[in-house]
Amino acid sequence: MFALEVGSLLIIVVVFILILIPTALLGWIERRLIGFFQDRLGPNRLGPLGVMQVAADFIKMFGKEDWIPPFSDKLTFVIAPMILPIAMFLSFAVIPFAPGVGIIDLNVGLLWILAMAGLAAYSAMLAGIASNNKFSLLGGLRAAAQMISYEVFMGISILGVVILSDSFNLREIVIAQEDGWFVFPQFIGFFIFLVAGLAESHRWPLDLPEGEAEIISGYNTEYSGMKFLLFFVGEYIGLTLISALIPILFFGGWHAPFGLEFGNEIFSGLFWLSVKASFFAFFFILVRAAIPRPRYDQLMAYGWLIMLPLSLLNLLITGALVLVQGG
Amino acid sequence: MSKVSEQVSQQTGEQMPAVISALYQKFGESSFVRQHTAESMPTLWLGRDKLLEVLAYLKSEYTPRFEMLLDVTAIDERVRVNRAGQPDSDFTVVYHLISYSGNCDIRLKVALSEADQNIPTIIPLWPAANWHEREMWDMFGINVTGHPNLSRIYCPPTWVGHPLRKEHPARATEMDPYTMSDAIQDREQEALRFKPEEWGMSKGTDTSEYMFLNFGPNHPAAHGVIRFALQLDGEYVIDCVPDVGYHHRGAEKMGERQSWHTYIPYTDRIDYLGGVMNNLPYVMAVEKMAGIQVPDRVQTIRVMLSEFFRICSHLLFYGTWAVDLGQLSPLFYCFVDREKAFNIIESITGGRMHPSWFRIGGLAQDLPNGWDKLIREFVDYFPARLAEYDKMIMQNTVIRQRTRGVGSMTTQDAFDWGMTGPALRATGLEWDYRKDRPYSGYENFEFEVPIAVNGDCYDRAAVRVEEMRQSCRIIKQCLENMPEGPYKSDHPLTTPPIKEKSKLHIETLIDHFLSVSWGPIMDPTEVSMTIEATKGLNMYYLINDGGSGSYRTRIRTPSFIHIQAIPFLSRGLMLADFTAVVATTDFVMADVDK
Repeated sequence: MFALEVGSLLIIVVVFILILIPTALLGWIERRLIGFFQDRLGPNRLGPLGVMQVAADFIKMFGKEDWIPPFSDKLTFVIAPMILPIAMFLSFAVIPFAPGVGIIDLNVGLLWILAMAGLAAYSAMLAGIASNNKFSLLGGLRAAAQMISYEVFMGISILGVVILSDSFNLREIVIAQEDGWFVFPQFIGFFIFLVAGLAESHRWPLDLPEGEAEIISGYNTEYSGMKFLLFFVGEYIGLTLISALIPILFFGGWHAPFGLEFGNEIFSGLFWLSVKASFFAFFFILVRAAIPRPRYDQLMAYGWLIMLPLSLLNLLITGALVLVQGG
Repeated sequence: MSKVSEQVSQQTGEQMPAVISALYQKFGESSFVRQHTAESMPTLWLGRDKLLEVLAYLKSEYTPRFEMLLDVTAIDERVRVNRAGQPDSDFTVVYHLISYSGNCDIRLKVALSEADQNIPTIIPLWPAANWHEREMWDMFGINVTGHPNLSRIYCPPTWVGHPLRKEHPARATEMDPYTMSDAIQDREQEALRFKPEEWGMSKGTDTSEYMFLNFGPNHPAAHGVIRFALQLDGEYVIDCVPDVGYHHRGAEKMGERQSWHTYIPYTDRIDYLGGVMNNLPYVMAVEKMAGIQVPDRVQTIRVMLSEFFRICSHLLFYGTWAVDLGQLSPLFYCFVDREKAFNIIESITGGRMHPSWFRIGGLAQDLPNGWDKLIREFVDYFPARLAEYDKMIMQNTVIRQRTRGVGSMTTQDAFDWGMTGPALRATGLEWDYRKDRPYSGYENFEFEVPIAVNGDCYDRAAVRVEEMRQSCRIIKQCLENMPEGPYKSDHPLTTPPIKEKSKLHIETLIDHFLSVSWGPIMDPTEVSMTIEATKGLNMYYLINDGGSGSYRTRIRTPSFIHIQAIPFLSRGLMLADFTAVVATTDFVMADVDK
């Protein structure tokens, strides 16, 4: 039960902590990095380099009045913010962190993640509708439309990886990359997944459901205190998830680049996965600082008219090549 | 004062302006009464029955055409003493037209009696008249017949009285103390509820219902306390009603109780991004009445600081515009640069956003020693930054997709809606007050007037960006050619007067004391002065009844008029485009509400 093997209680606790720490720190890291990119200071007062800002944030959030608007649909209003972090945490169940480290090796792992991403969309939608606020409603509708459009080719974009590795199991996908990362044969798939991941996690510049210049804060306008914190945390877990998924699917997961493996294979695996995931988290934060937000209809048109055909084409070519080589 | 403008004023003083003789010929000399004003602008009184005819003639038949209605306002004449040569009037409605093709103005006045305060609307001629006429109703109670929705514009709908009438109190202490009970609060809130029927909006089509969205008064992209009531079909803006007045402070009323000198700090706060640039039309108007010629050094310093404020204002626009399009970073870069400019302004004036540094006949102080060091650094540093922003913002594909062809207007639309400044130049009209009617020595500077073609959101921004480069160029010329000389005019009405002259004997000391406490007393006249402010044409129209302060202060602010065009620009666009349009209209609520 406490052995270092997939599914043991020890691993579950360790994984939970492994997710929580970067998620909590991301709030601070993002502000420091954004501060660096944008010529502002960022939190630099509390503790060394301002790390304790994380604690201050949580104290502030816990201390705020937890207000449920009298005009809202109360039950849905309360449930909606819970869905996002729950779905995001559950997604981590199938993530292979290192050889032998993970919660479960589901044979439908990839489908599980897509299903959870689909579930997470309800969070924003229900919050938008339950708030009974016009800005929230617009945000909720945008979230629904964006999720539906981007989930379609998010799924299709990773089918190339599935074909190459012959499995939906994430651990097997990583193992299949032992001799070469999938980013090289699947570059288009990688690119599409990157954009879709950005859209799925509502990160800038694809944060249209929150687009503050237009709809204040969108679906979470009416939220405060703990309930807002759940959205906030959910978004960061989502960012962590996407940053971890990209290396797992396309950059060899725990495999060290250029044979730079060292010491224990579990330790080395965890190290390299974190390095790769951090790189993509960093990249997402950089994108936030650099790119303006497209208009809602432009985003939709981009999704349906460019990304979807491109991902279908990618699937078709990958399938054909595998058939030709295999046959 | 330059030789050119001296000659012009002499000419107009001696000869009859062409437009007046044309009007005499067309409508008969007996229809008009001519009035002479300090700035020699053609000013005619005419009867209410002739008004529409004359305006229509000036707008479309007369050459050069008077394309734009610059201002409409009113004067409460009931306690005015010095009105020699003017027809009897209790309330005077003033129309100010401008011709860009002929580079001339005309002011028309209609006298109304207290018993019959009606005037026909001129919205069919210029849609921009709509808000001016509402303002006139709100402030003076002048009934505009034929107006589609003559409701209050600044004051809340529950307000009693018309604030710019002379009998209306100007200070809180002249009124009963105000308490807000729950009942009053409910009544006030109910009065602010947006009722689409009042604006002729349908609540839906046969198949769907429209959403009416209050965009503001507290909204991150509303750029201040303004409310847009949006009629939405999904995310598409069907129509929009701007609601202003949340920032109204009664600046024009304050002008009636301040002395000429003590009103200067109020002007800073009209367009609070324009700082001392707001002082300029005001002090120039007073100097015109007083007959003060300011020294070259004063003119050049005024130009330099005004251009710094133009850069500050445009930088703020640039950054917030990018934020409204979802790009957060440029805001911080622009603010860093704005901070550098403010540091320079602070090192010269001691103030940052509202230095109130211009004085009647001069400046508050001379330039400090070593004033040029920071400026020299800035003019070397700033163009490179602008080039960087070009890459980051103007050449960004997403920004181009979001703003090109969005919210476009033609030059004719701009005339109709009274758009001036960068918005007008973005439609392709090369007309800049600084170039075409130079003031404060702008004729001595080399600079280009940037224009664009399409008049869309992108072009309006592009014009402002180029204006920053030109402003930097002007500042550089100020730096290199700063004339030596006094920082105050040696004129008896300069306020405050030159201190050294007060120390001769008791009479000069008394004289100095009076000049400082009362300020100048000038012969009764009227004057208006316009400048190319950060956001468009800013005009001060002062009526001097011979007192120590203004009898009526009219401030024509560009933002107020530009907001009116937002519904026109944004119909049929998406909500995200709407914020782009709002941002490129570039208004400041203090400038809108006065």
